Amino acid sequence: MLEILLDATVRAGTPILFATLGAIINERAGIINLGIEGLMLIGALSGFAATFVSGNLLLGVAAAFAAAFAAGSIHALVCVQLRGNQIVSGLALTMFGVGCTALFGRSMVGQTIDGFERHAIPLLSQLPVIGKAFFNQDWLIYFSFLLVFKIWFFFYRTRWGLELRTIGENPAAADACGIPVNLYRFLAIACGSGFVGIGGAYLSLASTPMWIENMSAGRGWIAVALVIFAGWSSVRALFGAYLFGGITAMQLRFQAMGTTISAHILQMLPYIFTIVVLVVSTLRLQKGASQQPGNLGQPYDREDRK
Amino acid sequence: MLQLEHIRKTFPGVVALDEVSFDIATGEIHTLLGENGAGKSTLMNVLTGFYAPDCGSIRLDGQAVRFTSPRDSLTLGVGMVHQHFMLVPAHSVLENIMVALQGVPLLFPRRQLREKIAQTIEEFGLDLDLDTPVWKLSIGAQQWIELIKLLMRNCRLLILDEPTAVLTPQETEKLFKVLFKLKQQGKSVIFISHKMREVMEISDRVTILKKGRSITTLERGNFTQNQLATLMIGNDSIPEWQKSLPFSNELVLEIENLSVRNDRGLADIDNFNLQLKKGEILGIAGIAGNGQKALAEALTGLTRVDSGRVLAAGKDITRSCARSSYIAGIAHIPEDRKAVGIAPDLSLDENLILKNFRAPRFRHGIFQSRSAIRRNAEEKIDQFAIKAGPKGSPVRLLSGGNIQKVIIARELSEQPTVLVALYPTRGLDIGSAEYVHKVIAEGAGNGMSTILISEDLDELYKISDRIAVIFRGQLIGYVDPATASREQIGLMMSGEASK
Repeated sequence: MLEILLDATVRAGTPILFATLGAIINERAGIINLGIEGLMLIGALSGFAATFVSGNLLLGVAAAFAAAFAAGSIHALVCVQLRGNQIVSGLALTMFGVGCTALFGRSMVGQTIDGFERHAIPLLSQLPVIGKAFFNQDWLIYFSFLLVFKIWFFFYRTRWGLELRTIGENPAAADACGIPVNLYRFLAIACGSGFVGIGGAYLSLASTPMWIENMSAGRGWIAVALVIFAGWSSVRALFGAYLFGGITAMQLRFQAMGTTISAHILQMLPYIFTIVVLVVSTLRLQKGASQQPGNLGQPYDREDRK
Repeated sequence: MLQLEHIRKTFPGVVALDEVSFDIATGEIHTLLGENGAGKSTLMNVLTGFYAPDCGSIRLDGQAVRFTSPRDSLTLGVGMVHQHFMLVPAHSVLENIMVALQGVPLLFPRRQLREKIAQTIEEFGLDLDLDTPVWKLSIGAQQWIELIKLLMRNCRLLILDEPTAVLTPQETEKLFKVLFKLKQQGKSVIFISHKMREVMEISDRVTILKKGRSITTLERGNFTQNQLATLMIGNDSIPEWQKSLPFSNELVLEIENLSVRNDRGLADIDNFNLQLKKGEILGIAGIAGNGQKALAEALTGLTRVDSGRVLAAGKDITRSCARSSYIAGIAHIPEDRKAVGIAPDLSLDENLILKNFRAPRFRHGIFQSRSAIRRNAEEKIDQFAIKAGPKGSPVRLLSGGNIQKVIIARELSEQPTVLVALYPTRGLDIGSAEYVHKVIAEGAGNGMSTILISEDLDELYKISDRIAVIFRGQLIGYVDPATASREQIGLMMSGEASK
């Protein structure tokens, strides 16, 4: 019972995990990206379409990354080069993603592909309780574990990571050290968006190997909230995403058990939890435990006179 | 070694630099002298690639160079300690220095770098823990980090923008020793200041900037303090100053054991006691960041007090909000005049009634009386000699000095008993600063008491009746400006001595 629940938790949490990691990369560079929801849909559709045409799952993942990378570049162009309003640009990106995937996805509705299959990792998958849930999964999930660690390593052990964090905190300081602020920001937004796209692709290539209009169903927004919950740390994002995954898994479980509570109420749980998380983590932020990049949401203009 | 020729730089609506030329030789300390707003920082920002000049040329070792970003100038060995430090407060000292180093491999050799940085810090006899986040450090220590960043990059030209503004006289001495040492090593230094005493002590040559133009360059030995002052200020004469009248012994404001904690839970103001008499100008001396801002905000009701009391004429006003403090007769000239002092996009008329817009004379029932507001503005413009722009234009377009006049006009409009002035002349030209001093002194004549918080000892000596010294949120002691020496105040400012 617990094993099944844990397994469902990991599978439900992984798309949110990818999206949260992508958003963290964005915000560490000081850019708010509210286009996560749209980017997930773009990733989901392009991943599905590429796999459907080629029959190759890896190609699907690559296509999802590339498409979201390209869509994220629009946000980067507006926020970095043109110094536009990041909130408006991000919301526009979400609307663009929802609309354009609905339009171009019509021919994909009802098609099926063979999605990612489980590959048990020898020995590790034999571990009691957690073995099956974490080490008898598909390759994308293993990739997400790796990504969590890689991002942590990147930010805290490499020069580029330190430079990127400096940009998010104080772009003028980074500029004074000779770091090309705009280039770094652009790449951070585009690559972060790419990972969000893989999160979307997980939905259409692994969770339910098909394309359904608006299939991200608000997961992108949950990811935006999770970034704050995770305190901009990739490791804590892992726990946050699985917490949400757990709630989703549980409500499915409840429904399957045939409780008398309305299914609609149960389906609301992850979203209600989002609100609770935001309230709690905002309170924590106000108490001074702020991990928030100091320059989040501010465009950088070198000649700006303060 | 480096020549700047005919530099011109404009910002929307302002000519910041016009036909500025000057040069730096190897191994010299060259001072840029000028009033606030003369264009010193702008010129240096052009030199470091932060601002792109409209025209003019820069030559390094005879070669024409173009700096399109700070990266370009750094590669050629030009580094700057900015007035607003280029540090990340949330990062540790180590991270802040590491990010500035050149040619570090992608994967940090952490231990090696750590040792190298610790060594450099030791060379300067500084006591810095590499893992402390920068926000915990004093402003003076933060400045040293900036300097270490440049030295570790092997810059051959160092630009220091008003470095002594955040140092005690003793720390300044130490900085000068370091600068002399660098000079002997053949490095060049551009030193920016408007404090004559320091300029006389350290400079090999002095270039004077005035209103965005370079007036002249003088060699050491060819100038005296007075000459420099005249060149810097030009025809604006400095009137002789008359100390204000004796004040009464009536207490208008008492602060008892006041403590204020900041967002991070640390004490900004710690068990602070102060007494202010009627008609007195009480100067508060201290290095920036020792609780001055929290003190002013606690007095004006802008921040929450954790313990202690504030009594105005015997009445407890500790828990009152900004509006009722104002009614209790405390006016406030804030530190950040553009962000806190005014509503930048509102017009002059509106800004002048921000605090008393509810007064019956500005109202017809629930509507505002435009004509009364306009009349009020005309009176104030006249009374305070404000150079107002076109009617209805946003007040942010005014110059710093005029904005300060707007704030003063508004704050004094209800005859306050106490004025809390936080760095009221910072960034103002001498004429405007003089005006601020005059208003404060006149107010004192009419029985208004002033708490003048300043980091400029000259200003404090000039107009205060008493000087209180603050250090780490505590009152170190009072001194009489007529008898106390600068060294004594300096020691008190660094917490090393109390009276």
